Amino acid sequence: MSGAAAARPRRARTLLVRGALAVLAAPLLAAAAPRLPTSGAEVLEVLPWRNSPQQRELRELRASLAKAPQDLGRAVAVARRYIELGRREADPRFFGYAQAALAPWWRQAAPPAEVRLLRASLLQTEHRFPEALADLDAVTSADPGNAQAWLTRASVETVRADYPAATRSCARLSSLADELVTAACIANVGAMTGRLHGSEALLAASYKRGAGAEAAVDAWVLGSLAEMAARRGDGAAARARFRQALALAPGDSYLLAACADFLLEQRRHDAVLALLAPHLRVDGLLLRHALALSGKGDTARLAPEVAELDARFDAGERRGDGVHLREQARFELQLRANALRALGLAQRNWASQKELADARVLLEAAMAARQPQAARPVLDWMKASGVEDPALAHLAQQLRSGKTKGIEG
Amino acid sequence: MKRICCLLFLLLAVALPAAAHKPSDSYLSLQAAQGRAPLQGRWDIALRDLDYAIGLDADGDGQITWDELQRRHADIAAYALARLRIARGGQPCRLAPGSQLVDQHTDGAYTVLPFTAACPAAGRLEFDYRLFADVDPQHKGLLSVAGAGASRTLVLGSSQPHAVLEESAAQGFLAFVRHGIWHIWIGYDHILFLLSLLLPAVLVWRECAWRAVAAPRAAVTDVLRIVTAFTLAHSITLSLAALDVIALPSRWVESAIALSVLLAALNNLRPVTHRGRWIAAFGFGLIHGFGFASVLGDLGLQSGGLAASLVGFNLGVEIGQLAIVAAFLPLAWLARGSWFYRRVMMTGGSCLIMVIAAIWLGERVFDLRVLPA
Repeated sequence: MSGAAAARPRRARTLLVRGALAVLAAPLLAAAAPRLPTSGAEVLEVLPWRNSPQQRELRELRASLAKAPQDLGRAVAVARRYIELGRREADPRFFGYAQAALAPWWRQAAPPAEVRLLRASLLQTEHRFPEALADLDAVTSADPGNAQAWLTRASVETVRADYPAATRSCARLSSLADELVTAACIANVGAMTGRLHGSEALLAASYKRGAGAEAAVDAWVLGSLAEMAARRGDGAAARARFRQALALAPGDSYLLAACADFLLEQRRHDAVLALLAPHLRVDGLLLRHALALSGKGDTARLAPEVAELDARFDAGERRGDGVHLREQARFELQLRANALRALGLAQRNWASQKELADARVLLEAAMAARQPQAARPVLDWMKASGVEDPALAHLAQQLRSGKTKGIEG
Repeated sequence: MKRICCLLFLLLAVALPAAAHKPSDSYLSLQAAQGRAPLQGRWDIALRDLDYAIGLDADGDGQITWDELQRRHADIAAYALARLRIARGGQPCRLAPGSQLVDQHTDGAYTVLPFTAACPAAGRLEFDYRLFADVDPQHKGLLSVAGAGASRTLVLGSSQPHAVLEESAAQGFLAFVRHGIWHIWIGYDHILFLLSLLLPAVLVWRECAWRAVAAPRAAVTDVLRIVTAFTLAHSITLSLAALDVIALPSRWVESAIALSVLLAALNNLRPVTHRGRWIAAFGFGLIHGFGFASVLGDLGLQSGGLAASLVGFNLGVEIGQLAIVAAFLPLAWLARGSWFYRRVMMTGGSCLIMVIAAIWLGERVFDLRVLPA
C-alpha cells in the first residue's frame, strides 16, 4: 500500500517533533510547582478590565443588586451586562457571574420571560442546545412578538442543522426587527442550504441600504459577507470585508477567528501572527496562532504554544464540558498528528453542533485516521442540506474516491 | 437601536470561538494514604476568583501583589474551608489550614492552600463543595483523591455539590490490614520484644553458656511456640479492648510494654527460663494487645465494620510479625555457631535492647521525651 509507505517518514517526523516538544516543554512543566514569592511587591496577577469605566459601572450595578437580589429588573440588567462582557472578551467567567445574578429564578421551571431568554443564551454558551431551545420555545410561544427570542432561536436551530425551523424563526423576525437583521438571519441559513450566492447577494444589497445604523450590526453582517466571499473563492472581497468588519469591532473574538481561518487558508502565516498576537489569552485564537507558526515551520516558537494549548485543553477536559471539542479536534489533528484522537473528538463535537468548521474537522480527521466510514454523517448532512463549500466538497470527493492519504497540517 | 444591539449580543453568543480563556475551576487534591489518619489536602484556588468573591486587590490598582495576598491568607483559608465539607465513615473531618504558597495554572496565578482533614482513617468519603456557588454558579471544583487504591477524580459544582466515594468492604478490610503491617513496622517496641525472644531460638543454654542447637527442628518449634503464644495473647486483649470489654490507661500499658522488652532482653543475659519463653511471650503478649488496641482506636473504627477492621488489623499485625521472623530466622540459623552471633548479636544486641527499653520505661513512666520519636 502506497499510503502506508508514505505514512512512515511522516510518523518518524512526528516522533521527532514530539521529542523536541517534550524537551522544550520540560522547563515549563518544571516551573509549575508551588512556590513562595521572594518579594512582597511581586505582582502575581493582573485583573482584567479592573479600571475600565464599564467595570466600575458594573461593580455599582452588582452592589445595588446585592441589596435587593430579588429585584428582577436589576438582576436582568446585571446578567445582560455580564453576558455582553463575556462575549466581547471571550471569557466564560463572566457567564458564571451572569448566572449568579439570575440565581433566584435559575432553577425555576418557568421563570419570567426576560430571565428565560438570558438563561437560554447562557445555556447555549455551554453548548447545552436542547435545554436552550426548550427555553426559547417557551418564550416564543408565550410572547410571539419577542424579536430577540426568534433571532436567538434561529441561530441555535442553524447550529443544530435544523434549517427549516431556522427559516421559520427568521420569517417571524421579519415583522419584528429591521430589514438588515432579518436579511442577515435569512442569509445565514440560506448560505448553509444551497443558496450561497443568492444569500450573499441579498445580504450585500440589504447592507448597502441599511448600513450605518449600528456598528455592531454592521460588523456582524460584514463578517458574514466576508465568510461567504471566502467560500466562493473571492479572496479580494473577503479580505476587504474582514478589514472593514474588524475596523468596526476591533478585538472581536469571533471575527478574529474567522479572519485568521481565511488567512490560514491563503497560507498568509505572517498576517495571522500579526493579527492574533495581542489575543493569545483566547484558546481558539492561540490555536490559530500556533497553526500559523506550524505553517511557517517555526518550530522553536511553536513548541511552547503547543504545550500551552495542551495544558488548556487538558484543563477543559478535566472540567468535563464539551465546549472546546471543535478546537481540540483541530489541535490534535493539525498540531499533534494524532488522527485517531482527533476523530473521536470531532465525532463527539458533531453530535453537538453542525457548522461548516465542525463538518470540516470531522472529514479531515476521518481521512487522516483512514476511517472513511466515520465521515458518513457529514457526507449525509452535505447531501441533505445541499451546502456549497469548495473545501468540504474537495474533502468529500477525496473520501468518496477512497483516497485516504494523510493530510498536511 | 438599543434593541438591535441587544439582539446582536444574544446571536453572537452562539458563535464563540471555543472555550476561550477558561471557566473558573479550583483544583482540590486529597491524599487519603493508608496508615496516616489525617488526610493531606491541597487546594489551588484562582486569585482572580478570590478577588471577585472577597477582594484581594487592596489598593484597587488592578494588580494583586504578594503583600496584598499574604494579608488575606487567613481570610482566604476561612472562606474556602467553610465551603468544603469532608466526612469519612460517616464522621465529619476537622479541616485545618497550612501556610499558603502560589502556583501558576493555564489561566493565571492560584493560591495553594494546604490543609489536613482529621477524621477516621477508613470508610466511605463524602464531599460537600460550595466554593463560589453564590458568586459564580459555573465554577467547578476538580477533585482528585489518591491513596485508597486507585486514584479517583470528581467534578463538583453548584449543580452537583455532593459526592460520595464508596470504599468497598474489601478495600476497607485491606486498609486495616495495611494499618496493622504498618504499625508493626513502625512499632519498634513490638519488634524489639519479638527479637529478644527470638535471638536465643537457635541456641541452647547449657553449662552456663549459649551453644548452637544442632537440629533445625528444635529452633523452628521454639519460634513457632513463641510466635503463636504472642499472637494468641495479643489477639485476645486487642479484641477485648476494641470491643470495650476492658480498658486500661494507655500510659500504664505503654510502660508495661517497655518493661516487657527490658525483661525479655535481660532473660538472654541471665536466663531465668529458656524453654519456657513462650509463657513470657503469652503473658507480655496480653499487654502488647492493649497497645495495638489504642492504635486501632486512633484510626477510628468503621461503624458497622467493627469485626472486619479488627480482624483486618490483627491480620496485618501477624503478617508484619511473620515477615520479621522470616527475615530473621534463616540468618540467625546460618550465624548461630559463630562467635559473632553469640557475643555481638546475643549479648551485645540484648544489652542494647535493654538500654533502649530502660529509656522508654523512664520516658513512659515519667512522661518525658529522651529518644527522638
